[in-house]
Amino acid sequence: MMESVLILGAKSDIGKALAREYARHGYDLILAARDAGTALRDFASDLRIRSQRNVILRSLDILSVEAHEDFYFSLGKRPAGVICVIGYMGDQTAASKDFREFKRITDTNYTAVACFLNVVANDFQRRRKGFIIGISSVAGDRGRKKNYIYGASKAALSAYLSGLRARLYPHGVHVMTVKPGFVKTRMTMAIKLPPILTATPEDAARQIYTAQKKDKDVIYVKGRWRLIMGIIRLIPERIFKAYCNF
Amino acid sequence: MGESASVIMRQKVRDFSAWGRYPRVHGELVYGVSPEGLASLLKSGDPFIPLGNRRSYGDSALAARMLDVRPCNYMLDFDPDNGLLHAQAGVLLSDILETFVPRGWFLPVTPGTKHVTVGGAIASDVHGKNHHLDGCFSRWVKEISIILPGGQVVSCSRSKKPELFLATCGGQGLTGVILEAKFYLKKIDSCLLKQVTVRTNNLMETFDAFEQYRNMPYSVAWIDGTAKGPKTGRGIFTSASFMKGGDFDYRPHGSMDIPVDFPTFFMNKALLSGFNFLYYHRTQERVSYQQVVDIDTFFYPLDRIGQWNRLYGRRGFVQYHFILPKRQSLDGILEIMREIDRSGISPYLAVLKLYGMENRNLLSFPLEGYGLALDFKIQKGLFDLLDRLDNKVAARGGRLYLTKDSRMNRKMVEKGYPGVWQFRRFRRSHDMDKMFQSLQSRRLGL
Ligand SMILES: Cc1cc2nc3c(=O)[nH]c(=O)nc-3n(C[C@H](O)[C@H](O)[C@H](O)COP(=O)(O)OP(=O)(O)OC[C@H]3O[C@@H](n4cnc5c(N)ncnc54)[C@H](O)[C@@H]3O)c2cc1C
Ligand SMILES: NC(=O)c1ccc[n+]([C@@H]2O[C@H](COP(=O)([O-])OP(=O)(O)OC[C@H]3O[C@@H](n4cnc5c(N)ncnc54)[C@H](OP(=O)(O)O)[C@@H]3O)[C@@H](O)[C@H]2O)c1
Repeated sequence: MMESVLILGAKSDIGKALAREYARHGYDLILAARDAGTALRDFASDLRIRSQRNVILRSLDILSVEAHEDFYFSLGKRPAGVICVIGYMGDQTAASKDFREFKRITDTNYTAVACFLNVVANDFQRRRKGFIIGISSVAGDRGRKKNYIYGASKAALSAYLSGLRARLYPHGVHVMTVKPGFVKTRMTMAIKLPPILTATPEDAARQIYTAQKKDKDVIYVKGRWRLIMGIIRLIPERIFKAYCNF
Repeated sequence: MGESASVIMRQKVRDFSAWGRYPRVHGELVYGVSPEGLASLLKSGDPFIPLGNRRSYGDSALAARMLDVRPCNYMLDFDPDNGLLHAQAGVLLSDILETFVPRGWFLPVTPGTKHVTVGGAIASDVHGKNHHLDGCFSRWVKEISIILPGGQVVSCSRSKKPELFLATCGGQGLTGVILEAKFYLKKIDSCLLKQVTVRTNNLMETFDAFEQYRNMPYSVAWIDGTAKGPKTGRGIFTSASFMKGGDFDYRPHGSMDIPVDFPTFFMNKALLSGFNFLYYHRTQERVSYQQVVDIDTFFYPLDRIGQWNRLYGRRGFVQYHFILPKRQSLDGILEIMREIDRSGISPYLAVLKLYGMENRNLLSFPLEGYGLALDFKIQKGLFDLLDRLDNKVAARGGRLYLTKDSRMNRKMVEKGYPGVWQFRRFRRSHDMDKMFQSLQSRRLGL
């Protein structure tokens, strides 16, 4: 039987590109998203026709944390890998006044995702195999004025994944953290992005697939972001707070 | 397209041109199509034109407002029993090849580039090297779903709303936005073809080659545009058919890119006659010979070079693609080549094809006869020359291909396409003329 990959947040452009990439390499797919059955119906038909792989759709709202276990264990066939693409940028100004928006950002990017991955991690540890990929962000590498609430939640996700990686390593389960810089998705389509720092979802998916096959721990998309974020992290706080207004 | 429901329409404002890079229009490209977005676009009442992969040459896909259909690129269903593919309009033919050639299916009809969308193939009712046997793309289309000015999505076919079907196939995007289509792929036994090549000494011999190989499914001739006098119309004729038995190991060719615009003087006469001379004499013997070629080599030789249109420089070029009824073809083409020669302007690429029967679509290009496509760099005197050629084409009952055109006048389209009157009436009676407009439709009053 073919191995399958579970993608959480499969409606996003990066999620779709990942689905195509893994299907192209012979994996069956389980695509999870809110309202997946109608929202992803056409995408799934396309994927089945192009790749001749099995594609299963499952509805999941990551914020319904009580339902995570049921969701995961009712999948039937257990996946060989889980990729979480879910993320929520939110509205920083609103979030700094309104707890509900604040919580939604934090829960969507971190709390609820981590809850789900706990379930997966326990299962993979028992089975002593599998891989977990979490899509974090360069925004989590240093809190910035413009999006520190989002950034903080991604920082939490990065820290979580790092610890999870260490925990699962002796059990033969691999955890990879992906930190995209700019990706040209519908989230960022209206914004003018610098081309040399911007990946297409397809670039991102290829890079993620290749890195996962090589058991990489933390990757930046594109790779040059590693250097940029290295430098940004070195800027002394005194200067950062006064001059770095991005 | 359910899942794009939350997508807001995005837009880009800049200069746009199609493959010929002439003309340019400063316009707004709207993309991220969702049913809601489309409905609001239609409700706004501002005219626009749908656009595929901009492989048309002229201004049929250009307007102050354009709707990019390429994001709708899902294949929805495939029936391996009869080859019926149900696809959204933005699917590229190259995607279909990559998906289906390895499974033994090929496009029923394909233009000389695989980088076109299904919507574009229908809207131009494209033809391929097999037109003499298999007709245009629309012959293989079972059903089209299209969104009309009022926002209603309807499907049409030869039996259901036939008027809409006949106006839409070849209708250059002027009847509505094609959203989906069902059409038949064709079974093949191999992804390789057996090709016959014949070098000819003049137009008569080239015509003879077409007649002699009439039963071969695919044929085309490259004509030496710089040859004069008794050598006029000499060229390299190739014809091919898929092999029986063999593998389906389809490897799409990569392409080399032309990264910058070439200086306008690059494509000059000396270079061109040199190239034509070499190409012509590459085929050593006069007699025919056979070889085995793959799909990309035979069908898409020009796709080897990514953006070869940049070779013509910033000012761009025009492809003058005309067709003449068979009885008029020999004299007509010779007369036109003489006229071109007298003008001192040389075509850079000349491709000749024998076409089969005309279909019933109102604006499809092919009719039974010979068609010649000539590429001209934009230069002084060119438009006067082309006006003179128009008169000759019209006088002989011929017409110009709308998807290549950027400059003909109303008289020319009216003489060439008897269906144009009905097309106009049909557009008006369904308010399509107010909603769907391109630079071309305005110029030609379509
Ligand atoms: C190298 C090369 C070789 C070619 N060879 C051939 C050939 O051998 N035979 C041939 O017939 N053609 C040929 N063509 C022309 C090409 O096949 C046609 O122009 C085709 O229509 C281009 O498709 P597109 O997706 O790029 O559409 P565009 O160029 O973007 O649009 C072309 C027309 O289709 C309309 N259109 C596009 N999508 C839709 C839609 N979804 N709904 C409604 N209308 C739509 C547009 O409004 C426009 O009028 C060639 C072109 C090139 C560049
Ligand atoms: N684009 C970039 O430049 C960039 C940069 C750095 C990091 N990232 C990260 O990359 C990932 C993908 O981003 P993207 O650009 O493709 O943006 P996106 O389209 O907004 O993707 C986010 C996805 O998360 C899903 N989601 C949000 N809340 C959810 C919930 N409660 N339950 C289930 N799913 C939920 C969304 O589903 P719906 O479709 O239902 O809303 C959407 O599919 C995100 O984690 C993002 O933070 C992106």
